[in-house]
Amino acid sequence: MLTTFLLLPLGGAVLAAFLPHDRERDARWIALTFALAAFAVSIVMFIRFDTGVEGYQFVDSFDWIKAGDFNVRYVVGVDGLSAPLVLLLGLLSVVSVLVSWNIDVKPKQYFAWLLLLEAAVAGVFISLDLIQFFLFWELELIPMFLLISQWGSGRRLYSATKFLIYTLAGSALMLAGFLVLGFEAGTFDIARLTANPPTEAVVPMAAVFWAIMLAFLVKLPVFPVHTWLPDAHTDAPTAVSVMLAGVLLKMGGYGILRIAVPLMPEQAVEFQTVLATIAGFSVIWGAIITLRQTDLKRLVAYSSVSHMGYVLLGVSAMGSMGFAGAALQMFTHGTITGLLFVMVGLVYERTHTREIARMSGLMHRVPILGIGMVIAGLASLGLPGMSGFVAELTTFLGSFEAHPTATIFAIFGVVLSAGYILWMIQRVFHGPATEEWKHLKDASEWWEFAAVGALVIAIIGIGIYPAILTDVVEAGVAPIAAIVEAVS
Amino acid sequence: MTLAEHIHYMGPALTLFVGAALVLLADLVLGRRAATWGMALVVVAGGLAWNAAQALAGTSGEALSGSIVVDRFSIFVTFIIFVSAFAVIAAAREWLSRLDGDAEFLALLLISAGSMALLVQSNDLITLFVALETTSIAQFIMAGIAKTDKSAEAGLKYLLTGAVAAAVLLYGFAFLFGISGTVSLPGIAEFVRSGPESQRLPLILAFVFIAAGFGYKMAIAPFHAWAPDVYEGSPAPVASFLSVASKAAGFAVALRVFYTGLGGGDTFIAQDWAMLFGALAALSMVFGNTGALLQTNARRLLGYSSIAQAGNIAVGLAAVAAGSTMGPSGVLFFLGTYVATNLGAFVAVTAVAERLGTEEIEDYAGLMKRSPLTGGVLSICLLSLTGIPPTAGFIAKVYIFNGAIAADQMWLVGLVALAVVNTAISAFYYLRWVRTMWLDDPKDAVTFRPAGPTQAVLFVAAVGVLFFGMAPTWLITAAQRAAETLL
Repeated sequence: MLTTFLLLPLGGAVLAAFLPHDRERDARWIALTFALAAFAVSIVMFIRFDTGVEGYQFVDSFDWIKAGDFNVRYVVGVDGLSAPLVLLLGLLSVVSVLVSWNIDVKPKQYFAWLLLLEAAVAGVFISLDLIQFFLFWELELIPMFLLISQWGSGRRLYSATKFLIYTLAGSALMLAGFLVLGFEAGTFDIARLTANPPTEAVVPMAAVFWAIMLAFLVKLPVFPVHTWLPDAHTDAPTAVSVMLAGVLLKMGGYGILRIAVPLMPEQAVEFQTVLATIAGFSVIWGAIITLRQTDLKRLVAYSSVSHMGYVLLGVSAMGSMGFAGAALQMFTHGTITGLLFVMVGLVYERTHTREIARMSGLMHRVPILGIGMVIAGLASLGLPGMSGFVAELTTFLGSFEAHPTATIFAIFGVVLSAGYILWMIQRVFHGPATEEWKHLKDASEWWEFAAVGALVIAIIGIGIYPAILTDVVEAGVAPIAAIVEAVS
Repeated sequence: MTLAEHIHYMGPALTLFVGAALVLLADLVLGRRAATWGMALVVVAGGLAWNAAQALAGTSGEALSGSIVVDRFSIFVTFIIFVSAFAVIAAAREWLSRLDGDAEFLALLLISAGSMALLVQSNDLITLFVALETTSIAQFIMAGIAKTDKSAEAGLKYLLTGAVAAAVLLYGFAFLFGISGTVSLPGIAEFVRSGPESQRLPLILAFVFIAAGFGYKMAIAPFHAWAPDVYEGSPAPVASFLSVASKAAGFAVALRVFYTGLGGGDTFIAQDWAMLFGALAALSMVFGNTGALLQTNARRLLGYSSIAQAGNIAVGLAAVAAGSTMGPSGVLFFLGTYVATNLGAFVAVTAVAERLGTEEIEDYAGLMKRSPLTGGVLSICLLSLTGIPPTAGFIAKVYIFNGAIAADQMWLVGLVALAVVNTAISAFYYLRWVRTMWLDDPKDAVTFRPAGPTQAVLFVAAVGVLFFGMAPTWLITAAQRAAETLL
């Protein structure tokens, strides 16, 4: 089933790429079909996911490279940690295709790269072999780079290059770390490594830990390696922003929970205070910078830095509650920020500016967009009844005992986020309706409603009935928490 | 041992030597360029067939009183060399049709490739040196054959540095002979294994000189200074031949001498030369990458890139001595994928130079619009050089670094860390080039198609790069079995 989930977007990408020239615009239908099919697979997977079963489910595997001492297996599977992320990826991929509906510059290439991006991220979330994980981790770079640099706006080439260099530099040492772990344990298989993690290596384990963590922290991203994110977001096309905020950042948090913590629990526990400090600082710093933004998209981008700090904070608690909070935050941030970027994109398509100061009273002109933005904004600041609240509350409950200071800082970050979100909504959507925006057209296309609707349903649905997600997540993080508890 | 067996053992090399004479003769008798070109291809194909026959029959043993040896190792490397010779000749069709002295060029190339085959079969220092010089002298002439200023300069530079390298190498050989009293590699190995601690310093001197001599062939820093100039100045087919076949032969002969000749990874001096190659690898990566960052000429950039890549391959050599069996197979596997990758890149650059008359990277703007095949293959090859999946370069790097890590030594982990950081740096100049081809607008609307044989070579190279990136097991296994025979 998971292999199908991986192959569907890949097949779609190939099909879109080889479409005849005169039917170029049909690429979007191909993309939508395959994204929907993959989404359907992810839904079936999620429904059939059994929280009572230990270990990985829906496992597919075969020997990919089998040569003497060098064995790399293709092995995919999900547990409670990755299952929600697979579902999120399926959902956001459909949304990305929908919000790209009017792309008319080289649509064939665009949709092919977008689907390839989905496949690469899918590979990261379901790979259970370190080398295979690394392969997909690197595979995501080229589509992302081309999508930003070719279909982006503003200083797109600069931003795309910055993204590429940060990610590559961050992940370079990860490979060295993986090879050391693999050698010490005699396997690259994540399940076997988790069951029997190497406790010492020829180099200090702390060095291995940080070599691997660096890649994840850059991806997450946290202060001070976050500077690529606002640039990449600002200049990326809407769909790519959705993918970037929605699922690509999650690769960082997922990597920490799947690899860094369970494979090197002693180091994770040893350095938890460092991680908590980075997290607390990231939340506050991100929020303060967000307050100062004048560009709508940059504002949402910086808020991501702040919100991803919660993920690291939850992880740094080194307990099941914190882990669950982090995993929930990853999912909910994916849907909420995905929606925020969709709304920003739809507004920008109409106003052709993202300058907050230039906009005013849009609620009168485009009420549907306004409502969408308000829902996303309220969810983002953690209003009870929406999914963000559950995730943040769980995170703070988990982290308060272990790191009270960092948690208090982070809670202060929530206050700030209420500030910048409400202030943004007030300035853009309320206030006097100006003549300049008199002729704006509200959302009317079916794909606009579909994209916004799907995300709103996800956000409110989880806010009202969080158990649908929390049960799965708790089942997923319990074994990781057990490993950490055993060493601390 | 019968004469037939002697001939069979050296068959692939002899095929090319005889073929070289036949090509010259055909030029005299027929006088048609297409005929000599086709004949050279047939000759290399014949050498490959013979090589394949040896592989299938599992031929192994010594010939000519032990100065020549056939084993899986020599067969593997000969295969790499002949494949690159074949591809270089095939892609040089157009260039040869304009060259004054095309038959002579083909004959030289055949002699050079044949000598390389002999070089990797050498089992004593004398044979080795003779084979090395034969291949080098042929290459000196090839580098200068175009009779342009640049080509002449490249030829002369290559000759002068080559002469110094040969002298240094010979000096090292003399040391080795003086210490051990024999020129045969197994004999020297026996001497080293007997553990003559008192000879440690002279032995170190000897292998430093030898590493310098081979380092020139591999284009590894600090013996790399000729590479960018020669790659840029010499005719494109020569540059591509040097960058793959010559490099492969250099690394292979280094493996043979250090692994078989100096007694492998468990002698008292193994750690010394492992560290030496580790230092060379580090230098090479840093010099190659920093040099490549500043280049605007495509071939010059590939020149620096090949220095950096030599650094990656040398990581495998460093791991060899550290006792890891994955080291030598890593070198061989890397070389195998490198042939497809670097030849693809060089042939694409040559095709662009033929059609657009430029080698400046800024003129590659919009190459995807001008010629999707050339641009696409070049992109795939550059991604492979960077080490981005799903290309062969990714697996090659993972595999060779894995071998170094498996040696379980701290300094090798450090070397791998340096190597992966350098990989990230190299992405900057490789991907900048890819970006130019994909994203920038071409200056004019000129589109082109490379010549037929060139198209075929490009296509096969790209298929090879992707195939070995996704299904590498077969090539890795072959490399491992070839490496085993060195032990």
